[in-house]
Amino acid sequence: MKPEGKKRIWAEYQKEIPDDHFFYVRSCIRQTFFAGSEQVFLKILRNDLGKDVFEDPRHTTCTGIGYHGDVVPFETIQAVVARHFSLATEAGYRHIAISCVTSFGIYTEILETWKHFPETLERTREDLYKATGRTFEVPETISHTSDIIYKFRDEIARKAKYNLADITTGKPLKVVEHIGCHYSKMFPKYGVGGAEFPHVLVGMVESWGGDVIDYPERRHCCGFGFRQYLVQANRGYSLFASRKKFESMEPYQPDMIIANCPGCTMFMDRWQYTINEIDGITYGVNGQGIPVLTYEEVAGLILGYDPWELGLQYHNVQSIPLLRRMGIKADPARRFLAKDGTRLPEPANLING
Amino acid sequence: MKGTPKHVIVAGGGVAGMEAAGSLAEMGYRVTLVEKGEDPGGHLLQWHALFPDRRPADEVRSYLRKRIVHHNISIITRTTVEKIKYHPGGTVSVNLSGGTDEKADAVIVATGFQLFDAHRKEEYGYGIYDNVITSADLEGMFNRGRVAKADNSVPARIGLIHCVGSRDEKVNNNHCSKVCCVTAVKQAIEIREMLPSCEIFCFYMDMRMYGPYYEELYRESQEIHNVNFIRGKVSEASVNINNRLVIKVEDTLAGRPLKMELDIMVLMVGMEMEEAGAKLAEASGFKRGINRFLETGDHHYGNNLSGVRGVFYAGTCTAPMNITDTISHARAAVAETVRYLDGR
Repeated sequence: MKPEGKKRIWAEYQKEIPDDHFFYVRSCIRQTFFAGSEQVFLKILRNDLGKDVFEDPRHTTCTGIGYHGDVVPFETIQAVVARHFSLATEAGYRHIAISCVTSFGIYTEILETWKHFPETLERTREDLYKATGRTFEVPETISHTSDIIYKFRDEIARKAKYNLADITTGKPLKVVEHIGCHYSKMFPKYGVGGAEFPHVLVGMVESWGGDVIDYPERRHCCGFGFRQYLVQANRGYSLFASRKKFESMEPYQPDMIIANCPGCTMFMDRWQYTINEIDGITYGVNGQGIPVLTYEEVAGLILGYDPWELGLQYHNVQSIPLLRRMGIKADPARRFLAKDGTRLPEPANLING
Repeated sequence: MKGTPKHVIVAGGGVAGMEAAGSLAEMGYRVTLVEKGEDPGGHLLQWHALFPDRRPADEVRSYLRKRIVHHNISIITRTTVEKIKYHPGGTVSVNLSGGTDEKADAVIVATGFQLFDAHRKEEYGYGIYDNVITSADLEGMFNRGRVAKADNSVPARIGLIHCVGSRDEKVNNNHCSKVCCVTAVKQAIEIREMLPSCEIFCFYMDMRMYGPYYEELYRESQEIHNVNFIRGKVSEASVNINNRLVIKVEDTLAGRPLKMELDIMVLMVGMEMEEAGAKLAEASGFKRGINRFLETGDHHYGNNLSGVRGVFYAGTCTAPMNITDTISHARAAVAETVRYLDGR
């Protein structure tokens, strides 16, 4: 492997990521799957980095899952996204920060459509105005929130309390990075590092002391794939795709997976339980499963956030052995306690539970 | 030819330029051959053997070198032609890199092609994975007498990937480069002869064996040399924990996806309009076709005409072609040039 070859590609795919003043659009599903990720993103940006991030409670789903499930027409989703832009325009923000890779893909697809077919932009303006009386300006930039963490990765590293390294041996942790398909596979120029060798998560892992694993099925879909999962009869495809990835990464004995897409994080986490149930196989070091973390969770761990505040206890593959290796102390007794001391629901069938 | 010899500038010292210069000099014209590299010879300088008969490339190189050893030919190297302009009265002015100008009675543009930059097919990992090479790199190995992996070990399985940068909308090249299929067949046979126990696979879209003896070479590669041909385009390459390449292909004849490990992957890079030629075309107002090569006056009976008086095209600056056709095209350009000069 020639690292300079990857660096050459990364240099070709650099995008403008603003420094400050973000209009934040949340994901429909992330707060359910990874309860602390979006919250910790806001805390890191506002508290640790001192950035201005604005949220509007009137922001809605982008309807991306419906769009990819063929139940929401393209005209409709354009009007929904235009409404989001209208909220940003109203608040005086020109930089959109998008939490979800599906939404990010939707936004890029729409912006490219408007660019190449300007009549569709005019029609969307008309549709939105007729439906809501709203107008909007096309934003100056759109960033996925992993782009933003990537931009500030070195600043985060400077504030870090922990590294992606084994505290006993000092060796870097072996990290699999997984990029959501809709981040850059449709429009490589919108992704940091392009589509074939994205740098967005690699850059974070390297800045925070880990080693990235490049394995044969690195580019393969996690298995979400919308219709693979949404159509119940197709779920075998979804499971098989995840399994293919696990088997491909298994010889490298990864310590963790870091992902930037809600579906990918969810499926690579939950399917490990399913594969264990079906075949009795548990992947990862010492058969302890491979923790699948969001980039915000990893950034939070590095910065010293309480793992239970990050919501790691709500992953199917528990991170306790990983935390131990990184030297992070997490009180097991507080794992399922809310801040006010009330008992939180405890998921069943956790790996390393 | 009577009186002072007329002067023709040939832009480009590859196969077409050398042949055109030699032919004109033989007929008594004064020729200035302008070559951007250190020596004339073009891409042929890097090639080991030629299809379809696998004769040493050096035989054709020697022939062309002899063609330009003539008292009527002066050669300028490390120089490009930057602009060509016809002036009423019949003079053609030529601006050269470095700021010098030349005047001629006619110009033959023979700026040739450049090989597709394999880095642009990012999914194949050229420049990243140790054992992904191009067909030109493989010729270099043949020249050095050894086909080996980056760690110098002997490969057990080699895959040759056709149509890299050709017939590919993703890289804005819809054209067929014509010579890559037969080059792959030739190279596969050469690998077989150097490495008798190596498994060899060609991954192709169509086998375009258009020239004389090409089809025969294709049959020979299968019947005698046991080269395997799989119809399918490679979608991506990666490496496994043993640093062995892993490729994904759809075998379109078997109708199933295929995953295979390789020791070396050879990218059969196609032909594109040469960059200096493209700049020259832009500066001089020469039309370019949808394939970005120079557009000729007529595809059938004016294939050397530029549309600008006193300027003629020769060789692969107009389209991909093999050496045989390039030499014929250069001779035809000379005929058009002489007809023009005699008719003034």
